[in-house]
Amino acid sequence: MFGQLVINGMAVGSLYALVALAMVIIYKASEVPNFAQGEMAMVSTYFAYMLLISDRVPWQLALLGTLVFAFVLGMVLEFLFVRRAKEPTVLDLIIVTLGMQLVLHGLAGWKWGPDQKDFPLPISDTEVVQVGGVVISYLNLTTMITALVLMGLLYAFFQYTKIGVAMKATQQNWMAARINGIRTNHILGITWGISSVIGALAGVLFAPTSTLDPHLMWDPLIKGFAAAVMGGMNSLVGAALGGYLLGFLENLFGLYISLEFKSIVAFLAIVLVLWFRPSGLFSKHYERRV
Amino acid sequence: MDMKRDYFEDVQLLKDRAQKIWFGILVVSLILFPFVSPNYYIYLVNYIAINVIVTVGLNLLIGYTGQISLGHAGFFAIGAYATTLLMLKLHVPFFLAIVIAGFLAAAFGFLLGLPALRLEGPYLAIATLGFGMAVTTIIGRVSLFGGHMGLQTPPLSIGPFVAKNDREIYAVIMLFTFLMTFAARNITRTRVGRAFIAIRDSDIAAEALGVNIAYYKTLAFAISAFYTGVAGGLMAFVLGFINPNIFDLLQSILFLAMVVVGGAGTILGSVMGATVVSFLNIKLEAVQNIPGVGQFLLHISQKWLSVSGLPNFTFVLFGLILIFIVVFERLGLYGIWLRTKIYWRTWPF
Repeated sequence: MFGQLVINGMAVGSLYALVALAMVIIYKASEVPNFAQGEMAMVSTYFAYMLLISDRVPWQLALLGTLVFAFVLGMVLEFLFVRRAKEPTVLDLIIVTLGMQLVLHGLAGWKWGPDQKDFPLPISDTEVVQVGGVVISYLNLTTMITALVLMGLLYAFFQYTKIGVAMKATQQNWMAARINGIRTNHILGITWGISSVIGALAGVLFAPTSTLDPHLMWDPLIKGFAAAVMGGMNSLVGAALGGYLLGFLENLFGLYISLEFKSIVAFLAIVLVLWFRPSGLFSKHYERRV
Repeated sequence: MDMKRDYFEDVQLLKDRAQKIWFGILVVSLILFPFVSPNYYIYLVNYIAINVIVTVGLNLLIGYTGQISLGHAGFFAIGAYATTLLMLKLHVPFFLAIVIAGFLAAAFGFLLGLPALRLEGPYLAIATLGFGMAVTTIIGRVSLFGGHMGLQTPPLSIGPFVAKNDREIYAVIMLFTFLMTFAARNITRTRVGRAFIAIRDSDIAAEALGVNIAYYKTLAFAISAFYTGVAGGLMAFVLGFINPNIFDLLQSILFLAMVVVGGAGTILGSVMGATVVSFLNIKLEAVQNIPGVGQFLLHISQKWLSVSGLPNFTFVLFGLILIFIVVFERLGLYGIWLRTKIYWRTWPF
């Protein structure tokens, strides 16, 4: 029973961790919580849907195409909108991301209508593997493995590649990075692209368990925020751990307290964490510039 | 142009004769309006007037205190449901019910304001976003609130008088809108309002000067929630029917858009922003009927997008407006109005 709970928590937590990672990557670079994250992922998921139902491309290729699309989408949004705000305050940037959220939400609703669609991912949600009394569906297994692989890739990316290191430098000190010859504008674009790809993965993996409509990512968005806040918004490791922790807590809450109100756990988590540990559960200090 | 000799001249509500005349014209036309206008437009003005209340309240929070909220649809829902339930279940008279609903929303605002003491900017936005979504989730799942089916609003009765149509509701709503807009204008001129502005400009400096930040930040949240709660209560009567889907995230963003479009930190801007945004919001529901633009959009829809999704055009437009305002005109409509005024001041030289 408890093992099953942990596994279910891990599976759904992987999704939250992905969304949270996507957010934290942007937050570290642009100092803005990206409220358009969910809609970016939703639009990418719709793109995957179009490729999947067209039957002209094998699904592996379709998913690859989706990731490319997501990358371009992230870069384009950054270039068209975020970069245009000159010397923005936090409030300005939040408004810009909310504006993008509205635009994407509207465009998706305009293009695909409000009706709910089934997302035809050929990984089964109902067939299961059994490991020592614990049942995992193939989809959940895929989600968990994808999340872990992606975390490994991100770690390697930030640790060993030139762009990754340049990204870290830009996040730490924009001006110093620029002085050292890093094209910070390009780096910001790439950051948004990568974040968008991670979000798209989360969307594609989440859509089969839900139904595809323009509200697809609202719930995961707030969960992702909760996970990111638990991790402190500033640390990738924290965001991942926060995602898993939230998934676990949610299932615990659903089992012992109330299944119906499971979705308010995220809000409670945000408020409680911010109240007692504003810098997140896993980081040490909280600082601000005057 | 005009010289201010003391503080009270600077903060006077109506500064000169021209303003007094314009204000008189406004009042008279608002009184005469329901007698000459067709019903549909009265509904529209009711809708706008309620959004003015919300926007003014939200602007006290965003524009004056510098705190952000993406959860005002939650307060709006609390006000609407509290008013309806108090009148339906406990048979509380209207005025009492709506005031209680306002204070209930304010209490929630106070609670939400507590974490605001420690948070700024992004964290606060996230927490309030979570609040808004939690409220609609809870409302949608509790049978007392009618679940997803929603609730029928009782008739708006004040003593023996029962408001049957939009025309009669108009009188009640206008009363509230006027009183609350004035109250907001007055709040901004007092010690409290100046404390809000000080916190917005620099909370550390404000604290150093002896402003009790904790008190004023939660107060700002509570006042703003009170405004939104009362507006929610009124909206229940305009719609005649409430369900959780009315109060979703998009509604919160719409409120924020009204503040931003009008111009953060001005009451006049709030009125302008609420008017323009809610007018567009209603009118664009049937965008294909607008001559010229409608045909064009319909053509685009048929060719590349879908005709059934055309009402979503509103979201796209509002999103672009939000972004354009941040990029080009941060003071919104009020900023445009100011610049126009300054441009014409020395005309024709």
